[in-house]
Amino acid sequence: MSKITIPIGPQHPALKEPASFKITLNGEEIYSMDMRLGYNHRGIEKACEERSYIQGLYLIERICGICSHSHSTAYIQALEELAGLQVPKRGLYIRTLIAELERIHSHLLWLGVAAHEVGFDTLLMYTWRDRELVMDHLAEIGGNRVNYAVNTFGGVRRDLTPDEIAHILKDVDTLEERTKYYAQVATEESTLIARLSKVGVMSKTEAETLGAVGPTARACGVDRDVRRDDPYAAYGDVQFKVCVDDHCDVYGRVLVRVGELFESYNIIRQLLKNLPEGPIAVKSPRRIAAGEVFSRYEAPRGEDCHYVKSNGTDKPERVKIRAPTLANWRAVRKMIEGNYLADAPIIIAAIDPCFSCTDRAIELVRPAGGEVLTWDQLRRHGIEWHRQQGLDFAALNKKLNSHMGRVK
Amino acid sequence: MALFNILVFPGVFFLVIAGLWFEFVDRRMYARMQHRQGPPWFQPLADFIKLLAKETIIPEDANKTLFVAMPIVCLTATISAFFYIPMWNAQAVFSFPGDSIVVMYLLTIPTLTFFLAGWYSTSLYSTLGAVRSLTQLFAYEIPLFMAVLAPAMLANSWSLSGIAAYYTAHPLMALLNLPAFCVAMVTLLGKLEKVPFDIPEAETEIVAGAFTEYTGRHLALFRLSIDIEAIVAGSLVVAVFLPFGLALPWYLGIVVYLLKITLVVALIAILRTIMARLRIEQMVNFCWKILAPLALAQLLLNLVVKGFLKP
Repeated sequence: MSKITIPIGPQHPALKEPASFKITLNGEEIYSMDMRLGYNHRGIEKACEERSYIQGLYLIERICGICSHSHSTAYIQALEELAGLQVPKRGLYIRTLIAELERIHSHLLWLGVAAHEVGFDTLLMYTWRDRELVMDHLAEIGGNRVNYAVNTFGGVRRDLTPDEIAHILKDVDTLEERTKYYAQVATEESTLIARLSKVGVMSKTEAETLGAVGPTARACGVDRDVRRDDPYAAYGDVQFKVCVDDHCDVYGRVLVRVGELFESYNIIRQLLKNLPEGPIAVKSPRRIAAGEVFSRYEAPRGEDCHYVKSNGTDKPERVKIRAPTLANWRAVRKMIEGNYLADAPIIIAAIDPCFSCTDRAIELVRPAGGEVLTWDQLRRHGIEWHRQQGLDFAALNKKLNSHMGRVK
Repeated sequence: MALFNILVFPGVFFLVIAGLWFEFVDRRMYARMQHRQGPPWFQPLADFIKLLAKETIIPEDANKTLFVAMPIVCLTATISAFFYIPMWNAQAVFSFPGDSIVVMYLLTIPTLTFFLAGWYSTSLYSTLGAVRSLTQLFAYEIPLFMAVLAPAMLANSWSLSGIAAYYTAHPLMALLNLPAFCVAMVTLLGKLEKVPFDIPEAETEIVAGAFTEYTGRHLALFRLSIDIEAIVAGSLVVAVFLPFGLALPWYLGIVVYLLKITLVVALIAILRTIMARLRIEQMVNFCWKILAPLALAQLLLNLVVKGFLKP
């Protein structure tokens, strides 16, 4: 067979969100890959500039359906630093607890998706069943399964009751038991290992050069985790280990994520054991003095960076978000070359991509064959088109005005 | 009588019911093992009827004659193969010396129709799926042939009815063919394109493989013939490797036969629950490096045993 180009996406069963990967094949082997992103661009950064800080928070929470707390925490940390607010200890602990619950549900979700990509649907069904335990707790605390809206400017909105704490501790034990089983499946099931091992290889140097973040980088031996390197929220008060692996392939990425699940269970136990008493939030100001802050957060997918610039009003001057997936795209291109087509879905899935987090801008790929209109031109075009159809808005407007004048 | 045999029992009607039943058992067991509810018993039939009512779309560039003919050829070939396989007694509906070769040949035709259907659909995913179907065929077909050949050699008969008659007379000899039975079960997964060998229709890579462009009643016929192929290939494995209870009265014989088929179906469901999909080159390696030598060893064993029995 000669070289053929096969499109994966924008609509494809392997993708959970739209993105387009054009894979050029040499037989079954991948010769090169070209990607087109941006199908999910929603203009959130710009929209934040039009809204007050607290309105922006709810908008930012909707960047991602999986790591909604990550984005809102990264943003709110920046605001609190700008305003010089001191969040109460209990508020920070609850914030951290939600962050770890979110990491658990995100990693369980990923494990299921990864299993599905290699045709192992049983593991998908198992992990997604267990994920419901965490989702229930998030719904119990925040009132919602996805956008928990626990963060607020100056602390958190929801407190924990002793009942909830007991429930969470009990379910964490159950989850740890089940995760042990998944760790066993991942390390012992031979067909699964055959599909994951030596697939999507990227060396430590390459991971550092290409700027990979999160579990993708840690599975290549890059020992980097914002939670330990630059502690925020309550991470300075808890003991945990950063999971690093030197397999450098998809198998290593599975091991890192399963390892992080166990660390998350430990962190949750420590947080709930040492949960301080006191208020959960402080009063926040409406306006923030001029300044700029760069905030880092270790999301389940890697380092999430938010930049906020204030100008003394109640609206931010600029908000810039660098989601972890964006940092990993270049690594995907490196990892996918020379592998088989059968491995393309799992290599793309191995960075745990979140397209809607990442998609930032629309680029006109080939404007030839059509024309690019400005907003004004588009408006004039619309008026002209309707006039040709026999609808003259200018005339109608005149008629309406004269009619109104007569009524007066 | 022949017409009744062909159209009703054990022909088309029986096979359609059995095929849909197979799909239900397979899907239900798969779901229960995954902690899911699973579909109700009439789901496969409901799916079939719904597909029949759906719009048929044939791609513009496709070869229309072949595109429409392939599902029918596939269905016909699988149903034809069934008449030469003994079910609840040692005598098949039709038989002649050498029918085992014909059955194996007829069971190869569905895979060929998958290839032609995919190739003439002209879509990229279909073409890739078609090529993978054929690659996979070359990997599993030889071990499967050798696995079926070994018991035939011991029975000294090329007819499936003859094989069944021999093992009914010498039931213990069937135990000797256990390795070949394992080989046949694994290659059956390849033939039916089930996990871990569902490479030609790997959903996350090439959408639905050769069937990507198929819709409506053509897809319904393809799906039905795959279900029927499972019953026919399962019956072949049962007839050759589990020839027990063939001397029973016919009503008990049918029950035993259905139980044996369900056992094979259950084995397929379990195997596809506990494994991940392999890559095509892993599959070919596995078939040639493990299954083929195992089948060869079985042939050798049967030859030696036959040598001892001769005098």
